[in-house]
Order: sequence, then C-alpha cells, then structure tokens
Amino acid sequence: MTGWSNLEIWGIIIALGVATYAIRFSFLGLIGDRQLPDWLLRHLRYTPVAILPALVTPAILWPDATGGQISAAHILAACATMAAGYWRKNAVVGAVAGMATFVILRGLV
Amino acid sequence: MNTATSPRSAFWRGARDCGPFVLVVAPFGALFGVVGTEAGLNIAQVMGFSVVVIAGAAQFTALQLMLDQAPTLVVLLSAIAVNLRMAMYSASLAAYLGDAPLWKRALLAYMNVDQTYAISVLEYERRPEMTIAERVGYFFGSCVPVLPVWYVATLAGALLGQSIPSNWGLEFAVPIAFLALVAPALRTMAHIAAAGASILLAIAFVGLPYNLGLLPAGIGAMIVGAEVERRMGPR
Repeated sequence: MTGWSNLEIWGIIIALGVATYAIRFSFLGLIGDRQLPDWLLRHLRYTPVAILPALVTPAILWPDATGGQISAAHILAACATMAAGYWRKNAVVGAVAGMATFVILRGLV
Repeated sequence: MNTATSPRSAFWRGARDCGPFVLVVAPFGALFGVVGTEAGLNIAQVMGFSVVVIAGAAQFTALQLMLDQAPTLVVLLSAIAVNLRMAMYSASLAAYLGDAPLWKRALLAYMNVDQTYAISVLEYERRPEMTIAERVGYFFGSCVPVLPVWYVATLAGALLGQSIPSNWGLEFAVPIAFLALVAPALRTMAHIAAAGASILLAIAFVGLPYNLGLLPAGIGAMIVGAEVERRMGPR
C-alpha cells in the first residue's frame, strides 16, 4: 500500500488487535458484573452511527477519483445506499444498491 | 420451543440461531478482502486484519485512513473509537457470563463481535433459567456461523481482489460499505440525529489536517445522540 511499509502495516494490525481485544475483555474479564453509569452507556450506544458517517463524508463529497470535485455519481450512490439499506434494514442490500447506482451513473457520464 | 437441557444442546441452538448471520458476515468479509487488496494490502496483511482485529467497521476505518495517508496515531485512535461500543457489549455480557472460568471469558472476549453478542444477549434475556455452562455453550455455538465464515470470506475476497483490475473504481466501495452498515442501524430519532450531526460536523471540520476532524465530529455526534435520547426517552 502506497506510503506504508510492511512493518508499519503489521504494527497497525497488531496494535489495533490488542486494543480491540482489551476493549472486548474489559468488563467481562476484569471488572466483572458491574453496571456502567447510564450517561456513559447512553453515549457508547451511538459510537458507530456517530463516527462512521463522519469518516466517509469527505470521500463522498470530495472524492479522490475526481480530484476533489463534487460528483453527482458519488453523491447519488451514497443516497441510494442509505435509502435501500434503511428501507430493507439490510447492509448488503444497501451496498449492492449503492455500487450498482455508482457503476451505472459513471457509465452514463 | 424446547428448553435447554445441556451445554451441548445450547451450543447447537446458538449455532442454529446465529445461522442467518452468514448472509451478513460472508459478503462483508469478502468485501473487506476485495477492497483491502485493491487498496494495496497483500493477502497476509488482509488476513491479519480479519483474524487479529476481527471487527469489520474498524478494519475499514483503518483502511480508509491509511488510503488518506493519515498519521499512524490518527489511524489507530479512530479505528479504536469505532470499537468502543464493544465495551458496552463486554459490560452487558459480564452480567451473564461473569462467573465463567477466566480462560473461557478470555476466549469469549475474542469472539465478542456484533452478531454473537446480539444473538446471545437476546437468548439470555429470553431464558433467565439458563445455567452458566449453558450460556457459555450457547455463546460458543453462536460463533460457529460467524468466525470461520468471516475468515474464509475475507480470504476468498482477497484472492478475488487480486484478479480484479485496480481501475474499476472499487475504492469507492469503502465509503459505500460504511453507509450500508449505518443505514439499518438508524432505528430511532436519536440514531438519526447522531448520524446527521456526524455528517454536518465532518463538513465543518474538513479543513483540519491529518483527518483530525474525525474524532471531534464523532464525539460531538455521540453527544447529540445521547442528548436526543435523554430528552425523548430511550427507544
């Protein structure tokens, strides 16, 4: 992968693996049956839906493939993914709808 | 519905109940394999992610940020942040499995992923009479259709990815995969508010270098979600 040596990539894999395991083991392994405070649970509940959209927003609005220009194909494909995934409550349906939209629109333009 | 009679029958019940998740795990694992190799990882590195980290969303997060040439620390912190929800899984499982032997809890922790957690906790809530051995059996059973499928699907995707020309525009599959994960998770107004805030904050912070805007955007969106939930009442 451009810009990353083999050693750096394995360093990321191991560090991420150890940290993820520590999170999974935390309460189960060490702290035991103890309730987390409500306010903390209330925040943790939203980690995936809070972080993932922020992560991909720039890649959708200003894609590398267009040199950072706003692209209808990227935005409409993202909308199709959200609509299909939300409607069918199914991630795979959403991903297929999004990629199909993207490929078709890119073929047209 | 028959009641559980032994850890062994609980194991197979867990395997059966989690079976439908094959349809989610296999394509998602394959997608990581394809996208990972398209992004320039070799097969060992792709498999390293799926076996050592075993958390799809965090793996895609790391991949996206590495493609963006973000600093190592930003890659790690962001991917770890995506996995923080698992602290909640761990706390919730501890209430049911906290009395199991340490080595079993250590093994359970490795296998504590979205699908096995969700299916097992539903079962524990439904059948409070289960013994600790039956609960452990059920959890291990729920891993059967998930973990091996995740590994094999990643490998299949990686092998496939090597034979796909890299000019197919497949790098856009990474953001699409994320949105596809988020859409079905928008179950309540609070989830929708958090996702909306996440997008707006990401746009607001887009000028920051090294993708440093991601963590404040994520934390801000978590606060929005939690606040909406507090005002509207849970669920």
